[in-house]
Amino acid sequence: MKNIHKFINVREKVMRGVFLFSAVFSILALATITVFLFANGIPFIAKTGVGKFLAGMKWAPLADQPSFGIFPMIVASLYVTALSVIFGIGVGLLTAVALYKFVPKKIVAPIRQVINLLAGIPSVIFGMFGMTVIVPFVRDYIAPTGVGYGIFSASIVLGIMILPTIVSVSSDALNSVPESYYEGALALGATKEQTTFKVMLPAAKSGVFAGVVLAIGRAIGETMAVIMVIGGSPELPESVFQSVRTLTANIAMGAMELTTDARAALIACGVVLFVFTLLLNVSFSFLKRDKTEKSAKKEKQKTAATAEEQVEFSQEESLQKTLNPLQAATLQEDTTPENKRRQRNTPDPQPYRTEKEGEEQ
Amino acid sequence: MRKFYSALKIVCYVALGVSLTALAAIVVNVLVNGAGKLSFRLLFGQYKSASPTVFPALVGTLQLVLIAILIAVPVGTGCAIFLAEYTNNKGKFVKAIRIATETLAGIPSIVYGLFGYLIFVVAFGWGYSMLGGGITLAIMILPTVVRSTEESLLAVQSGLREGAYALGASKVRTIFKIVLPSAASGVVTAIILSIGRVVSESAVLILTVGMVVNKVPETLLSPGTSLALDIYYFASHGYPNEAAATAVVLLIFVICLNLLASGAGKLIKRKTGEAK
Repeated sequence: MKNIHKFINVREKVMRGVFLFSAVFSILALATITVFLFANGIPFIAKTGVGKFLAGMKWAPLADQPSFGIFPMIVASLYVTALSVIFGIGVGLLTAVALYKFVPKKIVAPIRQVINLLAGIPSVIFGMFGMTVIVPFVRDYIAPTGVGYGIFSASIVLGIMILPTIVSVSSDALNSVPESYYEGALALGATKEQTTFKVMLPAAKSGVFAGVVLAIGRAIGETMAVIMVIGGSPELPESVFQSVRTLTANIAMGAMELTTDARAALIACGVVLFVFTLLLNVSFSFLKRDKTEKSAKKEKQKTAATAEEQVEFSQEESLQKTLNPLQAATLQEDTTPENKRRQRNTPDPQPYRTEKEGEEQ
Repeated sequence: MRKFYSALKIVCYVALGVSLTALAAIVVNVLVNGAGKLSFRLLFGQYKSASPTVFPALVGTLQLVLIAILIAVPVGTGCAIFLAEYTNNKGKFVKAIRIATETLAGIPSIVYGLFGYLIFVVAFGWGYSMLGGGITLAIMILPTVVRSTEESLLAVQSGLREGAYALGASKVRTIFKIVLPSAASGVVTAIILSIGRVVSESAVLILTVGMVVNKVPETLLSPGTSLALDIYYFASHGYPNEAAATAVVLLIFVICLNLLASGAGKLIKRKTGEAK
């Protein structure tokens, strides 16, 4: 009997250790990635000079007198990202709005399912589609230069690629706005359209913003879809149809020419990209925390709960759901998609109906 | 003003149309262009430079999926169990784990590729290898596995746990006999979706498995290729027909995995009568 207890105790401890180790694994992995990248990239940046590397205009790693300026590629990365996010947001947000109220309810769920399915299309297929369809089209009909490869094509391909993300995040944000707002606005005499654009959309703005940040992260880090349509000349972008090279494309294209200095230069590019995404993450979590604190304060004050505060608070919740499902899930248990959907579909208890039924009885 | 908003509504319909057309165009275009070029020889034949095949890529993809899943699923599930069952979501340590997984989720795949290159190809001296690529992919999908597994663990009603404890089950026994089976549908869905991510990934692999398209990898330490990598190789090295055909294979594969994920989730739920 004693032995069994001992065995169980030991097993409990061992398994706890195993789980703990798995949990620490992600920290270890992140630390290893950071250390390896920085240890290999920073010395190179220091050797070249920070200014010369980041602001240098010429990228010629294999020349007799190699120069490693990545400024044109940083600009190109930002350019392509900005343009694709504008495409993606423009179409994606309006699509989400259309799905929210304007489309017959029956076909909303299938459409969303299809869009989610398309979120899983591999990026290399987007790249190939861009190469075989968009590039020739841009070349023949749009670009004045007669060259299809370039910023414009890459932005369209990326824009299509981030569409599913934006649509599903914005739809979630819109759906998490309390239905009473909609009804209230209608009761005040606003049309369906006015309500959707003037009341629901502003109320969902922080959730939509979260989608935008996710999309920026995806667009700036995307490699394969970009590399196949971007052209690849490491020049400072001047026109929107010009062939350029983004940071990610630079790393992938240079992957085959890995020799000592060129290799270190690519790793240094990776460091820059890594820092970019870290900054994006950090600045956004600060923004998030700021908002959480604000709404927490408001909750504390417990003044009369005006409608505005409720918007702020519910939006904060939806924001957390989209960004950090884990934390939100622990805060309130019912956040799994199924539950959320069920909650939405459950009709509110309608007292007048029960009364009526009572009368009938 | 009313007219303005009615016009906006029409713009919304147009946007919906544009999104659906764009996304449908990709699927239809890939299927229509590639389906005719698909042949048994392309899939399973011997690789020759005049008529390349994707057989090495099929083998390579299978190896990569196995390696990545065998590493990421146990570790990710362990991490999720720790977060969901052993902590109350407070404290610096838990916060550190969350920040780490969130950051890992945000790192671009090409940076993972560089990391895999630095550690497995250079530091370990393996050269380009399937094993290195697989491990890098495992780290990359880890956040996804942790997140979705934890979500499904948290969805298990606490009454089930309490019931098990009341019957005298230990914590570990409760986790393995009660909590994990109840969360099975979520865990299986997570695994299938991460297989999908491994199959679609290509940027990581350029730098870690070496894009050797013409040879079936002999051991796990040999260089190789995957389906997604093959598409890039074919498209950029003058084999447009093969690229189109391979894209069909990959696309069907990925869509099937996605459908399977939702189907399997539902099926397991029905079988186990998971708490609704």
